[in-house]
This record gives sequence, C-alpha cells and structure tokens, in this order.
Amino acid sequence: MTQPLIEIRSAPHLKAAKSVETIMRHVVYSLLPICAFYIFQYGISALASILVVTIACLLTERALISTGTQAGRLSDFSAVITGLLLALTLPPGFPLWMGAVAGVVAIALGKALFGGIGFNVFNPALVGRAFVQAAFPTAIATYTPSFLAGRFTEFIPSSLALPLMIPAGAAEWLKAKQFDALAGATPLAKWKFDGVVVNADELLTSLSGHMAVGPAPALILLCGAYLAARRFMDWRIPVAILGSAALTAWLLFAIDPGRYPNPFFMLFSGGLILGAVYMATDMATSPVTPKGMWVYGALIGLLTVVIRYYSGLPEGVMYAILIGNAASPLIERITQPTPFGRGVSLGRTRKRASYPLNPGYISREEAGAVTPKKRFLPRKPKK
Amino acid sequence: MSATVTWDEFTEGIWRQNPVFVMVLGLCPMLAVTVSAVNAMTMGLATMFVLVCSSALVSLMRKMVPKEVRIATYIVIIATFVTVVDYLIQAVSLELYEALGAFIQLIVVNCIILGRAEAHASKNPPLPAMINALGMSIGFFIGLFALGSVREILGAGTLFGVSLFGSGFQPWVIMVLPPGGFFVLGGWLLFFSWMGRRKQRKQTEKLAGVSGHA
Repeated sequence: MTQPLIEIRSAPHLKAAKSVETIMRHVVYSLLPICAFYIFQYGISALASILVVTIACLLTERALISTGTQAGRLSDFSAVITGLLLALTLPPGFPLWMGAVAGVVAIALGKALFGGIGFNVFNPALVGRAFVQAAFPTAIATYTPSFLAGRFTEFIPSSLALPLMIPAGAAEWLKAKQFDALAGATPLAKWKFDGVVVNADELLTSLSGHMAVGPAPALILLCGAYLAARRFMDWRIPVAILGSAALTAWLLFAIDPGRYPNPFFMLFSGGLILGAVYMATDMATSPVTPKGMWVYGALIGLLTVVIRYYSGLPEGVMYAILIGNAASPLIERITQPTPFGRGVSLGRTRKRASYPLNPGYISREEAGAVTPKKRFLPRKPKK
Repeated sequence: MSATVTWDEFTEGIWRQNPVFVMVLGLCPMLAVTVSAVNAMTMGLATMFVLVCSSALVSLMRKMVPKEVRIATYIVIIATFVTVVDYLIQAVSLELYEALGAFIQLIVVNCIILGRAEAHASKNPPLPAMINALGMSIGFFIGLFALGSVREILGAGTLFGVSLFGSGFQPWVIMVLPPGGFFVLGGWLLFFSWMGRRKQRKQTEKLAGVSGHA
C-alpha cells in the first residue's frame, strides 16, 4: 500500500507561467481569423494594408528599441498586435503610404515616447488612427463595398496612391462596377446622414449585400471569447462596454424610436465590438481593479453612444476609448479593493477572528494596537 | 564709459540660450502663427524690431527708473514699439496683418522681450544690450522659421507659397491645426537635445582618449 503523495507548496499557486510574450502571441493567434475574413471580404487591398501597417509598426519598433531607451523586445509581439489592430480599424482602401504613417506614429508617438511596452498611457493603435484621422479626414472616411467581384486580382485604386499624393477617388471606379457612390457608406454614416437603419443580417455577416462593414463582429466576439476563456483578457471590460452602450441606446430608443436607432444596430455597427474586445482591453491602458474595469467599460460605452448621437462624427469608439484610457489611472485610484480583514462591514459588528490553534491570541488590530509610524530622524547638519 | 561687447553675448541667443529650443519661451506666438513660413518670418521680424528697440531704450533708461516701477516702465516701452510694428504691418500688407491677427499685439506679453529687459538690458549699457537682443531675436527667428517651414511643407505642400510636390499633394490637415504645432515643436526639441547629447558624448570620449594616451 502506497501512501498518497501530498505536495506542499507555498503561494502563488500558478498553474502555468504567463509571460507577456505568451499573452501577446495568443492575442495575435486570435486576431488571425479576423484578419483572414477581412481579407476575404475586401481582397488584396486589405491584405496589402494589413502587411504594410504591421511592417511599418515592426520597423519603427525595431529602430526605437535599438536606441536602448525602451522597455520590451521586438519579439514580444506587441508591435504586431498594434499593427494588425490598426489595419483593421482603417478603411480597406486606405492609401498604403498613409497606413505606413499611421503605423510609425502609433509606435513612435503612442508607445516609444512613454518608454515602451507597459508604460504607454493610450492605446498605441488608436493614437495612430487618431493621428491619421486628423491628418487625412477624407481618406479615412472613404469606405468601399465589401465582396466586390474581382477583389482578389485588383486593388482598390486609392490603395496605390503615391506617397504624399492625394488618393484617386473611388466614385468612378465604383461606377464602372455598377455601384453608385453611396454604396461605400458605412452603416453608421448611412444612419447619420441618410437616416437609414441597416438590418441585422447585413450587420452580422455582410454576406447578403455589399455593405461597407468593417471586420465581422460575430467573428470578433468569438475570438474574444476564446481569449477570455483562456484568461488572456478580462471579460469584464467588453461586457461592461457593450452592456452600457446597449443600455444607453435602449433607453434613448425607448424614449424616441423615430429618432434613435435600435440598440442592436448600435452594438453591431462600426467598430464598437472590435474596440470593446481588443482595444479597450489593452492591459497597459485599462484599470487593473475589477470594480474599476466596470466603471471604465461603462464610461466608454456611454461615451461611444453619446459621441455617435450628438456629435458631427458618425463613429465615436476611438475617442471614447482614448478618453477612457486617460481616465483609467483615476478610476484605479478610486476603486482600490479593501485588503482582506480591513473592510468595514455595514450595519453589523464584525465577528472576532478566531484562531483555533491559539484560542487566547488576540491580533494587534483587535487589541486596538496602532502600528507606530516610521519616523525619520532629522539629519544632523554637518559641522 | 567703454562698453565691452563679447562675441558670446551675440551668439548666446542663437545657440546656447536659444529662446525656443533651450529656454522654451514665447510658445504662444510660436504655436499660433507658424502655419506658414511667411507668417513665421513676419512674426520673427516684428519680434526682432520690438526686442532690439526696447532693449536699447530700457538700457538707456536703466539708471533713471526706480526699482519699484521697473516692470510697468518696461511694459510701456515694449507696448510703444509693438504699436509701431502693428501699424507698420497693417500699412505694408493687410493680408498678412489679418493672418497674424491678435498675435502682433500680443508681442507685448511675449516673455522673451520682458525677460531680456529684466535680465540683460537693465544691467548693461545700450550697445551690448542691443547686440544681445539681436542674437536672441535671431534665435527666435530661426525657431519660428524651423516650425513654420515644416508645417507649411507638410500642411500645404508649399514653401513660401511655392508648390513643392505638384498639384496632387495630399495636405496633412493636422499640421495646420494646433496639435501639429505641438508635434513639430516636440520633434525639433527632440532633435536638438539628441544633438546636444551626442556632442557631449563625443567630448567626454575625446577627453578619455587624451587621458588614455598620456
């Protein structure tokens, strides 16, 4: 008869080591199906855009890391994530040279300036996107329809604009393909400027029509669920963002259904799902406290709906997340969890802790003992 | 009374104590009017005129002015010259005057000018004061021009109104907006601090080399 083996260990009882590199690598894996479907939707222009933006990010990261002033390594995959996410937020026919500018700005201004991975205040991909949105407002609002015939053999003309030059307009190219110029509008722009609310099936798959939707929302949710299940991402943030956006949109919809679109449309149009699952959950720029995550998510969801409804822009996810990023240190401060044993219980007196091994023992706190504060003796002046 | 003018007094404002890149003064006109090289240069020249003239006058009156009211006196002197420049630019080019807007009048509160009056002109005879003011204003002029030219090239594709890239150029709208000014200024500051650090490193290497050989 063998004795059962009992292994005694001290904390922490981690089952597997999770390094930054492991987490980042799995995020990249989970992004690959989304990128693949995006390329399937938009053809080689999307492929070229993803490649150029990611390579620009990697080259910038490499150049800046070699200066020795940065945390992180090139091999930690963080620049790849920035590049992929940035490319997914840009229109598929975005001129490649502008994509490269966005990539360089994302890494240099969004990350390297703060000291590298883990020190950045704002999500680097969104910093890059905000820069090109301010620099090239027309190009970034020009979307083309998805599932065009011949998308795997022909570039969208605006993609191949020469560096520093204005991209060719998509209207004539679309006319040759029997589309009117409005076919390229995103669902949100269509709602904002024409008052048309798109059906759910088009939003979810975009398979039926040629709607210019971005990356597929259902697929993003699926990949996000994988990350959350593997604990590479905290589920609270996306749930809080989507919940608060849905709640706000539903309230407004209930007040005036003629003026505001239904909450489903709000959730699945634009970049809200991508932002909620991949952008807002960036570990360096979101709060670490569980309560803080709810506050942070609720803030972003609310701001997104407010910006979409009441500002001149059709889409507000980017600015909502950037504002959330800026607020997250403050949110962390006010949502610090109380350490075990320090909590003030409401309405009832706390039971005395019992120590079965030493029944007579009274802890310092219960005895009312005050820990003496550290005192520093004033330094004696040199004679 | 013999005024000694050193070369350093002149070059101080251009390089070692450059008002823009080293002291980081006068940022308000710096960021506001540098959307084009011509605007930036006009601003630089206007500031140069005010700075040199007010330094000379402050220096001449330095023994007459009681300490208690010196700041008020300096402001009156500076405001006088600013009014002169204001009418001058209005007379020469109304278009330019409108482009610069209130920033001409705001030269009065530019801290480079008051700083020079307080720190240098009120303690030195007129000639060194003017030389120093001239150096400072050349430094400010270089700073304005560095910002204005980069912002004009990227923001409009032109330099002094001459198109550089042809008609198909895509303007970077952000460069004309205030954030563009901050980005370009930050870029120049980065560049100059990198240059300074490299120079310092080379000097220490040189010193180490000399002591190694000895």
